[in-house]
Amino acid sequence: MESNPVEHELALEMEDTVEERISVASQRQLIWWRFRKHRVAVVATAIIVIFYTMVIFADFLATNVPADSEAFRGLMPPQPVHIFDGWKPSPHVCAVSGARNPITFQKDYVTDCTEKIQVRLFARGYEYKLLGVIPTDRHLLGMSDDTLRPEDHIYLLGTDKQGRDMYSRLLFGTRISLTIGLFGVVLSLVLGIVLGAISGFYGGLIDNLIQRLVEITRSIPSIPLYMGIAAAFPHDWSILKIYFAITIIISLFAWTDLARVVRGRFLTMRDEDFVTAAMLSGANQRRIIFRHMLPSFYSHIIAAATLALPLMIIAETTLSFLGLGLRPPAISWGTLLQDAQNVQTIALTPWLMIPALPVILVILALNFMGDGLRDAADPYSN
Amino acid sequence: MLGYLIRRVVYAAFAVWAVSIISFFIINLPPGDYVTSYIAQLAIQGNIIGAEEAESLREYYGLDQPIYVQYLKWMNQIRQGNLGFSFEFGLPVNDVIGERLILTMILAAATIVFIWIVAIPIGILSAVRQYSIWDHTFTFFGFVGLAVPDFMLALVMMYFSFVLFDFSVGGLFSPEYVSASWSLGRGIDLAQHMIIPIIILGTAGTASLIRITRANLLDELRKPYVATARAKGLSEWRLILKYPVRMALNPAISLTAYILPFLVSGSIVVSVVLGLPTVGPILLKALVAQDMFLAGGIILLIGWMTVVGTFLSDLLLVWADPRVKFEGR
Repeated sequence: MESNPVEHELALEMEDTVEERISVASQRQLIWWRFRKHRVAVVATAIIVIFYTMVIFADFLATNVPADSEAFRGLMPPQPVHIFDGWKPSPHVCAVSGARNPITFQKDYVTDCTEKIQVRLFARGYEYKLLGVIPTDRHLLGMSDDTLRPEDHIYLLGTDKQGRDMYSRLLFGTRISLTIGLFGVVLSLVLGIVLGAISGFYGGLIDNLIQRLVEITRSIPSIPLYMGIAAAFPHDWSILKIYFAITIIISLFAWTDLARVVRGRFLTMRDEDFVTAAMLSGANQRRIIFRHMLPSFYSHIIAAATLALPLMIIAETTLSFLGLGLRPPAISWGTLLQDAQNVQTIALTPWLMIPALPVILVILALNFMGDGLRDAADPYSN
Repeated sequence: MLGYLIRRVVYAAFAVWAVSIISFFIINLPPGDYVTSYIAQLAIQGNIIGAEEAESLREYYGLDQPIYVQYLKWMNQIRQGNLGFSFEFGLPVNDVIGERLILTMILAAATIVFIWIVAIPIGILSAVRQYSIWDHTFTFFGFVGLAVPDFMLALVMMYFSFVLFDFSVGGLFSPEYVSASWSLGRGIDLAQHMIIPIIILGTAGTASLIRITRANLLDELRKPYVATARAKGLSEWRLILKYPVRMALNPAISLTAYILPFLVSGSIVVSVVLGLPTVGPILLKALVAQDMFLAGGIILLIGWMTVVGTFLSDLLLVWADPRVKFEGR
């Protein structure tokens, strides 16, 4: 190696500072550094953050009231936004008008791009309360007031059979599907942690019993089972009641995974020195479990929860798709996709399939994010 | 060996019992009892039943007795091969389910075979040629395959087969074979129609089996005995197939037991979307109409089927991996 002695010195010094940085870093920092290296997981996390932002600001992002139905504008094709008019920047959508075909009795729509509907940011639309408190009528995107004619409309992703705006419905469906998964994970976590902790901490007969319960639960096909339970909900239940009942059902889908992760961790940790030390200094069992043991594998629990979330979202979407989960007028990804159940609709009105894209995107992103978290959860390995 | 077998049999028996309890619980979930719905059904058809007759029906089904007596009566009926009566179809449950249950089993079994045939060679290839373009491609497809729900895959396949090939997926038989009796032609027809459902159902399982085979084989390939065999001059592929692959296959076998419940769950949903004549669409119909003996019977039978399948794949594991026998689990 022919290298300048000064440079060599510098390199050594830098190596020292890097090592020092690592040795004094907190566990949280180490996890973050490790997670950051996993590029795909970082991108996936950004996607998830964007989706949850959409959940919070669904009203602001929507262009129409999602429940507004009008039979005469049913199954209208999407109106994409054009940013340029020729070379001049002038955001607009093309007008779509339709008439009933006298022979087939189907609605035929014609997109007429000579007739432009100007759109702008922060336009006025229907009134709502931002974050549930601030009353306003501003929306991210909408038709400009000054050129607006009464017959103009904007349906970015087309309309469904009842003439409701798919784009706004998709936003509100995202809100329901993503929050129901989150609540489901919380419930599932409680169940999984309690049973897993009991199983792993005490061992012996209780552990054996709980493990058999987990095994049997896993060996029974879950969808038919939960279909059976969900079908028994009375038809007069309110949306809110159904929402919570479904949350409980989908939380049953994933608790076994979480219980296994927690149990495994407890088993390996039971004999660690710091647990013995806590026992010797007279801490009671609850304190040992919740103050000493659980915090040392929070990161694992978060990773397991992230991986459980897509399972819940799939479960809710599947049940609602079959008509046994959330029911209209509730909007979720599953109820939206119900309209795309047969070949005719898929072939004639492919935009009804659009809700499939966010489902796949979110589930993929959550899986990648969970994988990254799981790899980063143990920063002391290697 | 015997101890392991006995333990497995006890677990299976316990699971069979648990499934029956759950099915009975589901039958009893909707408000009102069986006879009330039966009378309502008859009233629609114009037969009015008197209070006396209703009472005797209740007595027959044991509805005036405590719940565990009802359960035992139901189980006793099932022991005699009688699953009750379906209002929705006006037929005994046995007649409604019959062939559909067999088709469900054939579909699940064929999917497992498909998963094995596709996943294991790909898993081996991915491990032996780690980080090659093939490895990356299959890893990516594996992730997507795991992430996309079955019913959505079915929708997407339906869309593309319609748009690209103008071919509508659906059913398991061509019209001329739907109600024909079993023959070679019908079998071939069934096999042709099953290809797309099998691909849809098998994608997730294939993806996880590829990942597991790859990970296990990578672990095995790093072991010293591989280096020894290589040093002795064994040809590369013979070496890989003879020793490390055999070791790496054991976790793959135990995965079969694990994915079977998911396959059965998935087949219900996929069958609804594609209109396959398995128990799936019937279960949905029965649940929506609250035809509980039919629904409970289906849940019971597919639950039992899954338990038996899991048990069989456990036995397969003992045969393939002798170490399991001595494991003091």
